[in-house]
Amino acid sequence: MEETTKLAPNNTADALALNVPIVSDTDQSILNLGPTHPATHGIFQNILTMEGEKIMDSEQTVGYIHRAFEKIAERRPFYQITTLTDRMNYCSSPINNFGWHMTVEKLLQITVPKRAEYIRVIMMELARIADHLVCNSILGVDTGAYSAFLYVFQEREKIYEIYEEMCGARLTTNMGRIGGMERDLSPTAFKKIKDLIYNTLPKVMKEFETLFDRNRIFRDRTVNVGPITGKRAMEYGFTGPNLRAAGIDYDMRVIEPYSSYEDFDFEVPVGHNGDTFDRYMVRNAEIWESMKIIRQAMENLPEGPYYANEDHYYLPPKKDVYNNMEALIYHFKIVMGEIDAPVGEVYHAVEGGNGELGFYLISDGGRAPFRLHFRRPSFIYYQAFGEMIKGLTISDAVPILSSLNVIAGELDA
Amino acid sequence: MEFILLIKGLIILTIFALSLGIAAYETYFERVIAAYIQDRVGPDRAGPFGILQPLADAGKLFFKEDFIPTLADKGLFIIGPGIAMLTALMSSAVIPFGDTLLIKGQYIPVQGMDVNIGILWVFGIVSLGVYGILIGGWASNNKYSLYGAIRAASQNISYELAMGITLLSVIVVTGSLSIRTIVGLQHGIDWNIFYQPVGFLIFVTCSLAECNRTPFDLPESENELVAGYHTEYGSMKLGLYLFSEYVNMFISSAIIASLFLGAYNYPGMDFVHSFLTGKLGESFGHNLATVLGILVYILKIFFFIFVFMWVRWTLPRFKYDQLMNMAWKWMMPLSIVNLIIVAAAELSPYPLLFNYIGLAIFAFLYFGSRTVYNNKKSKL
Repeated sequence: MEETTKLAPNNTADALALNVPIVSDTDQSILNLGPTHPATHGIFQNILTMEGEKIMDSEQTVGYIHRAFEKIAERRPFYQITTLTDRMNYCSSPINNFGWHMTVEKLLQITVPKRAEYIRVIMMELARIADHLVCNSILGVDTGAYSAFLYVFQEREKIYEIYEEMCGARLTTNMGRIGGMERDLSPTAFKKIKDLIYNTLPKVMKEFETLFDRNRIFRDRTVNVGPITGKRAMEYGFTGPNLRAAGIDYDMRVIEPYSSYEDFDFEVPVGHNGDTFDRYMVRNAEIWESMKIIRQAMENLPEGPYYANEDHYYLPPKKDVYNNMEALIYHFKIVMGEIDAPVGEVYHAVEGGNGELGFYLISDGGRAPFRLHFRRPSFIYYQAFGEMIKGLTISDAVPILSSLNVIAGELDA
Repeated sequence: MEFILLIKGLIILTIFALSLGIAAYETYFERVIAAYIQDRVGPDRAGPFGILQPLADAGKLFFKEDFIPTLADKGLFIIGPGIAMLTALMSSAVIPFGDTLLIKGQYIPVQGMDVNIGILWVFGIVSLGVYGILIGGWASNNKYSLYGAIRAASQNISYELAMGITLLSVIVVTGSLSIRTIVGLQHGIDWNIFYQPVGFLIFVTCSLAECNRTPFDLPESENELVAGYHTEYGSMKLGLYLFSEYVNMFISSAIIASLFLGAYNYPGMDFVHSFLTGKLGESFGHNLATVLGILVYILKIFFFIFVFMWVRWTLPRFKYDQLMNMAWKWMMPLSIVNLIIVAAAELSPYPLLFNYIGLAIFAFLYFGSRTVYNNKKSKL
C-alpha cells in the first residue's frame, strides 16, 4: 500500500518520463508543494500525499539552495565569514553577523565597549522587528489579506533605510566588525530610528493589529491550526517565538544575556497553545518589546569609542591606514588573513529573528576556523512541519509554514 | 415593426458594449481602488491617469504566446474560457437598464429582452458559468487546476441554494419573476431592501461567493493553489477567464441593485419626470428622465462593484470547510427563516411592520438561546 503510493506517478507526464504504469488503486494522489510554489517563500519542497484536500502524509526535502557555508567557512579568515552569515536568514542579517562577531570575540576574549554593544542591540532589535514584520504580514498574505502586507512593508523599508545609512547595504548588511562596529551611529541614522520607533511604526502596528487580531476569518484560519505542545516542541529543539508560542519562556537574551541585554527592561511574551495564532501574537508582542528595548538603548546610549582597541583583529579606520604605518600593517595583515587565532572551542548563541541562532566554533590556531557549525532554527522547525500538517488540509499547511517562518537561506545554509 | 426591431437591435448592441466596457474598466477600477487602499500609486502610465490600462492589458494578452500544455485536453482547454465568457455575457440580456424610451409615440423598454422569467434566466445562465471553470480546470491536467475547479463547482452549487431561497422571498413580496416587474414595483424609494434587510445581506454575501471573490476566492487562492483553475492558462484565454470574472461581478452588482435597491428608481423620480416633460415636451422630457434613471442605476452598480473590491482588499479568505459550513449551516437556514418570516408577514395587513417584528423575535430567540447555552456551558 505504502509502496504503491510512493510509486504512483504524479501525473501522466511523470508516468511517461519514469516509464511507470499509471497505477491508482487508492484515492490518494501526490501533490508537490514546491520547490517553486507561492506558499514556499524560498525554494524547498514538500511532497504531499493527498486524499482529496486532506494531507495524509508528507515528505520534506531540503538542500535546494545548500551552499555549503560550513565547509566554505573552514577556508576563510574570520572576518570574511560575515558574508556567509549575511546570507543565512536574510530577513534579519544583522543578528546573524553580530552573532558571528560575538562568537569570535568570545574566542579571542575581546571586550567590546558599551557604546558598540548598545548600537549592536539597536541594530539587532531593528532586524528582529523587520523579521517579525515580514513573517506576520506574509501570514496575512497566505490567508488572503494582501493589503496589510504592504502597510508594514513600508515600515520595513524604513528599517532598510537605516541599514543603508549605517553601512550602505540593505539586505546583506555587513555593518559590524570583529571588535565593534564599522562606524558610529550617525546623526541621520539616529534621527531615522527615532522617527521610526516613536512615530510611524507604533501607528502602523496598531493598524496592522486592528486588521488581524480580532478578524473573525483570520482567527478561524489560525486558531488551533497546527498546534504543537511545549513538550513536543522541546523534543524537536524549537526555540525562539515558535517555542514561546507553545508556552515556554526560553529567550537567549534573558537566559544568557549577551551584548548588554541585561541592561534593558523588557518582557518575553509567551503563548498558550503553540498554534498559528499564538505564533502570530507572540511575534506581534515581540515587535512592541523590541521597540521598548530600542527606546531604552537610544535614551541611555553611552559615549565613548565604538570599537575595541584590538589592533590585531579590528580592521583599522581608513584614515589611519593612509596616514599611519602601524595601521597600514595591521590592515594588510587582517585583509590577507595572516593573523592566527588562538586555539579554542566556543559556542555562542544569539536570539535570532527565528530562534536560537548558535555558532559552534573550533579553532586549531590557524587563520580560519577548524570547524564551524551554525545552529539554524529554521532547519529545526522544518523537521516538525510534516508532523504538524498531518491530517490537515492544504489551506492549513500554508499558514502553518509561513507562521513557522522557515526561511530557505537559513534552512539550507 | 421594423423600426422597433432596429431600436431593439441598437439597445441590445449598446447593452452588450456597455457590459463589456464596464467589465474592462472594472479591471482599471480594481487596480486604482487596490492602490488607494494599499497606499500606493497604481496604474498611471497608459494615458492620462492610466485610463488606457485595460486596452494595454488586452493588447498584451493578445500578443502573448497561445500556449497549450502537451498533455492537456486540447478541445476542452479551448472551450473552457469560451463557456465562461459566453455565460457571463448572456445574463446581461435581461437586465433592465432603464425605464422606457418614447420614440415616435411608442414606449420601448431599455432592456435586451423582457422575459417573464427573467430572474430564472439569470440564475440558469450563471449556474452554467461554473462549467467554464470546471472544464478549464479539468482539461489543464494539473492537480492545482483540478483542485481549483472542484472547489469552484461545489462552492457555486452550495451558495446558489441560499441565493435562490433569498430570491424566493423577493418573489413572495413582488409576485413576479420578471425583473422589469420587480423593479417597477420598487417605485421611488419603495425598495426591497427595506422589506428584507436580511435577504439583502445574504444575497450580497452569496454574490461574493458566486463571483469567486475574496473572502470566497478559493478556486484561485493564490497562495494555496498557485492560480487555481487557470494555472495553466496564458495569453487571451487567461484574459477571457479574468474578464468573465469581471463581467460576472458587474452582472451580480446589477442584479443586487435591481432586486433590492430598485434599479433605476430613485426618490423624487416622479417629480423629475413631470418637471422634465413639462419643460422639454412629452417625448424628449421622458427620454431624458429615463437617461437619468440609467445613470442612477449605473451609480448603484458601481457602488456594489466598489464594495466587492473593498472587501477583496480587506478581508482574508475562508478555508474550504469553513466556506461549506457557512453555506449549509448559516446561509441556508437563515434564508429559509427569512423566507418564512417574509411569507408570513405578507399575509398580514402590514407586511413591513410584521416582517421587522418577525425578524426581531427571531433575533431575540437566537441570541437568547445562544446566551443561555453559553452560560450553561461555562457553568459546566
